Amino acid sequence: MAADQASSGRTPGTAAGPGGTAATGRLAGVAPEPGVRKPDPLLVMDQVTRSFGGITAVRVGHLEVQRGTITALIGPNGAGKTTLFNVVSGFDRAAGGRWWFDGHPLTGRPAHRVARRGLVRTFQLTRTLARLTVLENLKLAATGQRGERLLPALLPPLWRGQERQIEERADEMLERFRLGPLRDDHAGTLSGGQRKLLELARALMARPVMVLLDEPVAGVNPALTQSLLGHITELRDEGLTVCFVEHDMDVVMGISDWVAVMADGRLVAEGPPHTIGRNPAVVDAYLGRRHDEPEATEEE
Amino acid sequence: MDISVIVSDALRSGIGPIAAVYALAAMGLNLHFGYTGLLNFGQVGFMLVGGYGLAVTVATWGGPLWLGILAGLASAVVLALLLGLPTLRLRADYLAITTIAAGETLRLFYRSSWAEPVTGGVFGLQRFANEFYALSPIPRGTYGVWLVRFSARDLWVLTVGWTLVAVTGVLLALLVRSPWGRVVRAIREDETAARSLGKNVYACKMQSLVIGGVIGAAAGMLQAIQVQSVNPDSFDPAVTFFLYTLLVLGGAGRILGPVVGSVLFWFVLTFLDSALRQAIDAGYVSPELISTSEVGAVRFALVGLALILLVTFRPQGILGSRKEMLLSGR
Repeated sequence: MAADQASSGRTPGTAAGPGGTAATGRLAGVAPEPGVRKPDPLLVMDQVTRSFGGITAVRVGHLEVQRGTITALIGPNGAGKTTLFNVVSGFDRAAGGRWWFDGHPLTGRPAHRVARRGLVRTFQLTRTLARLTVLENLKLAATGQRGERLLPALLPPLWRGQERQIEERADEMLERFRLGPLRDDHAGTLSGGQRKLLELARALMARPVMVLLDEPVAGVNPALTQSLLGHITELRDEGLTVCFVEHDMDVVMGISDWVAVMADGRLVAEGPPHTIGRNPAVVDAYLGRRHDEPEATEEE
Repeated sequence: MDISVIVSDALRSGIGPIAAVYALAAMGLNLHFGYTGLLNFGQVGFMLVGGYGLAVTVATWGGPLWLGILAGLASAVVLALLLGLPTLRLRADYLAITTIAAGETLRLFYRSSWAEPVTGGVFGLQRFANEFYALSPIPRGTYGVWLVRFSARDLWVLTVGWTLVAVTGVLLALLVRSPWGRVVRAIREDETAARSLGKNVYACKMQSLVIGGVIGAAAGMLQAIQVQSVNPDSFDPAVTFFLYTLLVLGGAGRILGPVVGSVLFWFVLTFLDSALRQAIDAGYVSPELISTSEVGAVRFALVGLALILLVTFRPQGILGSRKEMLLSGR
């Protein structure tokens, strides 16, 4: 199915429309080289390293994510994409390096503080809260809830008003992601695709400035994939910054405004999606180095 | 064989002070295990520090009852912090290992001869609850309906005990239905997801551990008051396992689960005990098969059998939902 679309030239994100051009416009004139400075970076990583035993899983020299764009992070398995996500989102400890979000240093901040700053992530394997209802999953994600503090929790009048507002927002979110009929079902009864939708909706309930999506459409059927991608581009057009890891090239080419390529823990290439496939470093990363070409071997 | 004696024994046990003590302790455990997903295998340790906090303050140092109660509750807070600070950042298993060891260590510590001047060592402490019984508004005599009769003393303890259970139940219901409770249940389901949504998982787990521990300490104090004595060996690890038994029996993650579980547990246990004794006395069961002195062990074997059947056919407990239990996040 995906291959059909690619051959007919109708990639999934063409439905994004004029928003796509506006977002790519912000990156016009940015040189397609790894570590390049962006005009308005939201997330900046510098010299981030992470090693497991003797293996260095991540050593990214410099990477900036432009505000208001969809940036894809691609690379072969084991390139360190998820590890980089984990480090930046506070779920893993870096061996070195620093990173900033919206001008604030995030280096070494615990995961919940990163999320409260507005950088919210999702997971490759969905983490829905099975024995909470779909609605509860969404309401949980709202930030700054008074009733989450222990003593006010005992006095419902202190938080009931806020709870009502949160529920209204949650219902809007259910509407938007067409999860309405599942509102009161336990999240554990949802299908894989519905869980992906729920996770995205839940991340948005936290009112993020930027989301890190780890394989948002992996294992999702083509129809639901289209709907998820539609949601993602729509969110970008509303001002959300998106960075996602994905293996499906049609998805990457279709919706991203910028692509960053990792291999062996390093950032090997960056650029707009249409140029990235021609980049020799990317070809090397995916297919292995070509020894018959002298320029390719010189880089090391 | 007198059926009315058996029923009377069983009913008195099922609604008596000891059932209230276990219900209360299990409510604390329910907050840990049923709502937060914390594997606390040392709830008896919280009961111990509660009971001893009261007994030592009053019997050893001559303090008033209210100060003893405060000391008991404060001990539970300290114990929860000591247990939680190093383990709650780690995987769930570490809390389980630490708590089971801590419960047993505390028992051995309180019974050691080194601690004897304060804790009474193996002899424990006695007669520290006179002030509590002096508060009783119930005149001497026995009270009851039908087969169930209690002395004025027991009636006072069980009234206070079940009142405490009711108040704790209301407070816990308020807590778990609040946004705080939602965070706590989210932690039970998947703490990584909760962290990714900006929840301070560590702080919430610590709060849960402290509250559940304090409830356990209140149960320990009630138990100490009921028998007017504390002895380290009445706080052995088996108590925690009975608490888990009745929690699973009633339904973990349900406010009334521990209450139903405790009443039923003590009813069935005493029913079996009394029925076996009656049957042996009446000659229905040959004393060569089971002697009266072996009844205590046999009834637990039967309770064990009942539990195996329960876990096989109704793993969610009496109040739980099977559908909900079988759900998983992945």
